[in-house]
Amino acid sequence: MPIDGEYLGMRLAIHDVDEINLSYFEYCAKNEFRLQCCNECDLVRYPPTTACPFCAHSGSSWKPIEPVGEVHSYGEVHHAINPAFREHVPYMILLVELDTQKHTPGEHDALRVIANLVQPDGELAPPELIRQVGIGSRVRMVFRSAGEGIAIPLFCLDPDSTQPQKVWRYPQE
Amino acid sequence: MAGNDIDGTTRRHLRDRYAIAGVGETDYTRGSGCTTRALGTRAVRNALDDAGLEPADVDGMLSYSFNDSTFSPEIAGDLGIRLNFYMDVYGGGSSTEALIGIAIGVIEAGMCETVVVFRAMNGYSQVRIGGTGRRGGAVSGGALHTVPYGWSSAGQWFSQTFMRHMYDYGTTPEQVATVKVVHSEHASNNPKAYYKHRVTVNDVLSSRMIVKPLHLLDCCVETDNGTAIIVTSRERARDCRHTPALIKSVVGRCCKPRADMHYQSGPISTVAGHYARELLWPNSGVTPEDIDITGSYDAFTFTTLLQLEDYGFCAKGEGGDYVSNGTIRLGGHRPNNTSGSHLCEGYTHGQSMVIENVRQLRRDVDDSCPAGSDGKRVHTYDYSEGGCRQVRDPELTANLGWATPGTGSALVMGRG
Repeated sequence: MPIDGEYLGMRLAIHDVDEINLSYFEYCAKNEFRLQCCNECDLVRYPPTTACPFCAHSGSSWKPIEPVGEVHSYGEVHHAINPAFREHVPYMILLVELDTQKHTPGEHDALRVIANLVQPDGELAPPELIRQVGIGSRVRMVFRSAGEGIAIPLFCLDPDSTQPQKVWRYPQE
Repeated sequence: MAGNDIDGTTRRHLRDRYAIAGVGETDYTRGSGCTTRALGTRAVRNALDDAGLEPADVDGMLSYSFNDSTFSPEIAGDLGIRLNFYMDVYGGGSSTEALIGIAIGVIEAGMCETVVVFRAMNGYSQVRIGGTGRRGGAVSGGALHTVPYGWSSAGQWFSQTFMRHMYDYGTTPEQVATVKVVHSEHASNNPKAYYKHRVTVNDVLSSRMIVKPLHLLDCCVETDNGTAIIVTSRERARDCRHTPALIKSVVGRCCKPRADMHYQSGPISTVAGHYARELLWPNSGVTPEDIDITGSYDAFTFTTLLQLEDYGFCAKGEGGDYVSNGTIRLGGHRPNNTSGSHLCEGYTHGQSMVIENVRQLRRDVDDSCPAGSDGKRVHTYDYSEGGCRQVRDPELTANLGWATPGTGSALVMGRG
């Protein structure tokens, strides 16, 4: 079944043949973060792919992943291009390195997930929250519903982690 | 990289057997007032005139676009060129060098003899790169993992790479801003440049933030223009009007692992040049130290810096120092983007940076130096504002094309 959704006024559509995205977002809609785990080499990958980037095997299973990690890098948008974000500037685009499968299979490999910084309720973070977050911040995934069978995964500061005393932020502030 | 291992005597991969014989462009404007078809036609005709060739001398055509341009058959038709080969490919930055490599391949295969590569775009007045966000239709497929996060323009996509480079190596905003400062100095000596005024580090850092760490002046200009490059055999090029720029080595759209989502492959502050250099330098027979002029793609200040580093012009992590210690300015040890290029001259998705290096190798860049009795410019090598931008007696250039942190192309040329 195709899925239609809407998020921040953007229309989202997952076609009925797009199996990998149907599954990914259906789990998100159940507040579950699952990634494909290769049936052959047992490695997990992100984002969804049609075969294993590590061994090219096509069979995989959707494995529950603890959606916590550390901000590996970020961008902070002050001039929105997409009209959906005009009223939300500044907004933060985090690249989060998950705790799961860090430095695997190679030293520099990791599951690095893109998403915005949000408040625990899934609303985009206000400027005062953005100023507290930088490289090293501990974050946890939350989901924002975008319709029947689809939710958008996002990150908020992890209430269960000890935050580093100082996070790294762009120096010219 | 260690240059000592490079064997400069063995002929590898058609080294020096093909050349760029002609280059041409239209004015860099905002509001061309004409179609991409007209821009492409004019640019190709200008390149033909530059080479001293007739339309009938060209029988191959290549172009690239984001479906924002005109395809080869119309440009060829308008100029009365009968094609033995053409192909129009999808893509932007990094395509120039890749298509030059393809041109060599198709000529070598006997499919045609002389290829013109063009890029025609109304990049300001028609289709702006990065878009306006007013896209039609729903977000679907792979875009579901990017667009809902407001992660949909080049600056937004690359900002995580740039930020991490500052974190990993202590690269400062002031060092990065120097790239714009230097390119603006070069542009001030380029009558064609859209922005000819010189700017300071403070001008860059006090311009408004677009996407941290990119200020407005860290980002390239958007313009309307057509550009064209003629690739042919060394022998045919020698019959043309100018000293040929011989192609020593070319790399096309070389990728980091996980080209679908390169951030899975770290270190994320290392870019595709790290891989491309393993093809570029051995095939060229020269080393970074031999290069007189670089053309490191400047969609952003950072892209110039990251590539110079990963292609081995300085040690990894020292790009901030390299771009700010005087090396890359005219009069420095190895000037970069002497036209002012994408940050100042105009945006062409890479073609103009190759065109500039072809002219540099001819030792006749189109600056404001006075013409001598033979009609050729007499270069003064006075690089003050409004003056000369010809590098003294260059023999070798390197172009480093950028598509994303994960994909790049490169080209080494020598004076023929």
